[in-house]
Amino acid sequence: MSTLSPVDLPNSYIGRSVARPGLARLTQGRGEYVSDLALPRMLQVVFLRSPYAHAEIVAIDTSDALKMPGVVRIVTGRELAEHCTPWVGVLTHLKGLKSAPQHALAVDHVQWQGEPVVAILARSRAEAEDASDRVYVEYREIDPVVEMFSAAEPGATPIHADLGDNIAFERRLDAGDVDAAAAASDHVISQRFVFGRHTGVTLEARSIVADWNRAEQRLTVHLGNQAPHMIQNIVAKHLALEEQQVRVLTHDVGGSFGIKVHIYPDEMAVCALARMLGRPVKFFADRLESFVSDIHARDHVLDGRIGVKNDGTITFFEIDDITGIGPFSVYPRTSAVEANQVVNLTGGNYAVPNYRARTRVVFQNKTPTCQYRAVGHPIACSVTEGLVDLAARAIGMDVVEIRRRNLVPDDAYPCSGPSGIRFEALSHQASLEKLLQMMDLPALHADQEEARRRGVHRGIGFASFIEITNPGPAFYGVGGAKISSQDGATVKLDASGAVTVQSSISEQGQGSAAIIAQVTATALGVPLARVRVILGDTDNTPYGGGTWASRGAGIGGEAAFQAGRALRDNILKLAGTILQADPTSLDIRAGSVVDEVDGRERLPLSELARIAYFRPDTLPADFQSELMATRHFVPREYGFAFTNGIQASYLEVDTETGFIRLLKHWVVEDCGQPINPQLVDEQVRGGVVQGLGAALFEQCRYDDQGQMINANMADYLVPMAGEMPDIEVGHIITPTKESAIGAKGAGEAGTAGAAACVANAVNDALAPFGVVITEIPLTPEVVLNALRHV
Amino acid sequence: MIDISLTVNGERVSACVLPRTHLVDFLREELCLTGAHLGCEHGVCGACTVRLDGEIVRGCLVLAVQADGSVVETVEGLSDSGEIADLQQAFIDRNALQCGFCTPGMLIASQDLLKAGGVPSREEIREHLSGNYCRCTGYHAIVDAVEATAKAREAAR
Ligand code: FES
Ligand code: FES
Repeated sequence: MSTLSPVDLPNSYIGRSVARPGLARLTQGRGEYVSDLALPRMLQVVFLRSPYAHAEIVAIDTSDALKMPGVVRIVTGRELAEHCTPWVGVLTHLKGLKSAPQHALAVDHVQWQGEPVVAILARSRAEAEDASDRVYVEYREIDPVVEMFSAAEPGATPIHADLGDNIAFERRLDAGDVDAAAAASDHVISQRFVFGRHTGVTLEARSIVADWNRAEQRLTVHLGNQAPHMIQNIVAKHLALEEQQVRVLTHDVGGSFGIKVHIYPDEMAVCALARMLGRPVKFFADRLESFVSDIHARDHVLDGRIGVKNDGTITFFEIDDITGIGPFSVYPRTSAVEANQVVNLTGGNYAVPNYRARTRVVFQNKTPTCQYRAVGHPIACSVTEGLVDLAARAIGMDVVEIRRRNLVPDDAYPCSGPSGIRFEALSHQASLEKLLQMMDLPALHADQEEARRRGVHRGIGFASFIEITNPGPAFYGVGGAKISSQDGATVKLDASGAVTVQSSISEQGQGSAAIIAQVTATALGVPLARVRVILGDTDNTPYGGGTWASRGAGIGGEAAFQAGRALRDNILKLAGTILQADPTSLDIRAGSVVDEVDGRERLPLSELARIAYFRPDTLPADFQSELMATRHFVPREYGFAFTNGIQASYLEVDTETGFIRLLKHWVVEDCGQPINPQLVDEQVRGGVVQGLGAALFEQCRYDDQGQMINANMADYLVPMAGEMPDIEVGHIITPTKESAIGAKGAGEAGTAGAAACVANAVNDALAPFGVVITEIPLTPEVVLNALRHV
Repeated sequence: MIDISLTVNGERVSACVLPRTHLVDFLREELCLTGAHLGCEHGVCGACTVRLDGEIVRGCLVLAVQADGSVVETVEGLSDSGEIADLQQAFIDRNALQCGFCTPGMLIASQDLLKAGGVPSREEIREHLSGNYCRCTGYHAIVDAVEATAKAREAAR
């Protein structure tokens, strides 16, 4: 039995596309999102935010506002600072990373347009909003530092005088011998790549209800968030509470994508306000403030270089990256991780040992940036894959052929990438071949040729990628952040023979509850319908990291599997005692204890549970049944489980209008053992569309005064159904040996490569014009400008 | 404050509302019908979609007072009546929802298209749903679910 992999167990749910439990609720409008929550005596808080990117707060007058109907309390940054200590978003392993103390509400200075300044509490949100118009804040404007290159200049005015300059973090890497490789190249190509500033636009904006119970001296925080234990730790720390005085519940979360893996200043303020007032306080961000208060991401400019020989051998990669992160490094995950990832990931899919990189992470007066889905991946992928296409073009080689020749061979693993990242087993070559099977490239080429004859410009683009999943402590723990990299699961057989699993991962729609149920049902041998999953409550789950960085299935899933196996052993021990049989001769199948050899039913679990719970007197005096088991898991051998894949895009560029029409998109990805293939596919598709949004539409646009000029849903464009293509998804399966279930992550693969292959496809379409565009979003304006400049 | 009476999911409701109260706030806060969601409150995302006298509207662009004397249907009502049971099942089977925040609006907008009968093309489905944002699914699965429901209904006719 133990030689069988979990996938092969009888009645295994691993690898099966079963429907997610609990979905009926959400389709019937019975979801319980934090934005739906209303508690007795609850107050609503509205934040007055800075209208300036950089200013000194001279005076705040709340006297008129306090007279407004429904207003209960108005709190300024100075007052709130007495109840909530400031924080500094640094991690010790990101050497040299610096930031300044940040308060929940601005004290004396405002550093970005949208920074919360005053909290207005009223019985209703409308009343609080009315009153916020009567709060008068006098500002003295300071010249904002907006543009990142000038912010990084020596001698530029530092945003935080104490820090000396605006360079928050800098990292250099030099592997192999780039100079020698360049000298040995037939062609060296340089190109600048520009990435817009994006934000997540979760359909449910951030929402929190905090409730301080004076009698219990306990704070209950209802917060749509991915990492409830992290929130518990931080809230306790800055409100001077013990962690056990803080309970965090996530409820249903209306989209997250990394936006809700952080804690925000306004959310900290809500916790402090609840404690100050001794009653529930609710904040539900309106969409306009979401755009300037949710974290932003990307916003990189990279100068890339690649060397290639005429035979197609890529000789080196080089990048010089700069990114603007706003005025603070975000707490507690920091704003240096994206840049760090760009350095780690660039060129990692190619067998090219020569690699030089520099990144600079720069303060500026814009909304802070931090981790958003596929942190750093789309940038590293776009640069790598964009450079590879340029190299192919320089030597007149087919873009598929140059990849075949240079992608790390599938039999080369385990191995390391040029930045030192370690790979257990990847499948670049198999993925490429599978993608080609799915696409029918000759037919596409014929279609492209035919269209060209009609003056229609279609292009095909490819992007191979690697994805970091299942992170261990190397991400945050080693840097001093109390963000768990292990996860736990507790599995319990109840008195009716049904199963409850409590897991420390969380759900934001990716299907966390489903995969936990599937692996547990498999490990135990019970029907899926008998398993109920509890997530997102620090009072009722084991301690763990939550769901982020594509870790839920691989880490949380394995913990649940191990807990299920442990409970199975306990059940079989009990069954053996009841049946006077050797436990190893028994198995659990379809919810009953059966004979291992012939599958004959011996004892239904309901009967076993009845005896254990109600008639222990019938068991031997020295036998105690244990029908609840807990296991924890963290990968030990590899710091991360890298996954890989490849995407392709087919599209049409209208050279008159600059509009791009996506015709089709393909993805092959390898997330190891898929637990629920349909859920993997939908993670990939959703991720692709977020990447396509970044490629074509999305951008936080700023003026030179640091004002975001499109901070609403009508002007910040996200993909709509009508403009998105069908997306075909295929798989190669290379399980990780780090766990029994063999699952790696899949949540970010789609986003990692989508923009890169679209950009390559656009350049393919525009090849007859000799145009190369390496800037996203690829708006009609960008396309037309490029065409005009030829 | 203004008195209004309307029918919500088949029940007669009388209330006294501020003139500025949006229909969706009235439904969510006064009637605790939280199935209609707020995604933008400025008429873009479609999360607040409900039916008003048989037509789909954005609950954040209609005032509660404008619904005086009208018949309002929300996802809760359409669920209880069974009108969209097949569509809901198709969404579940196809995993056409992830976080589910867009789903009530998406279902009501989809049903609006399906009511016209026939089997719309994928392009028509995409076009019809282009006023309803989904940030999670990438839309492909939603189009599949709507298409499957249309085919099943057509076959059952
Ligand atoms: S909330 Fe009404 S359209 Fe977005
Ligand atoms: S399922 Fe999350 S927005 Fe559509």
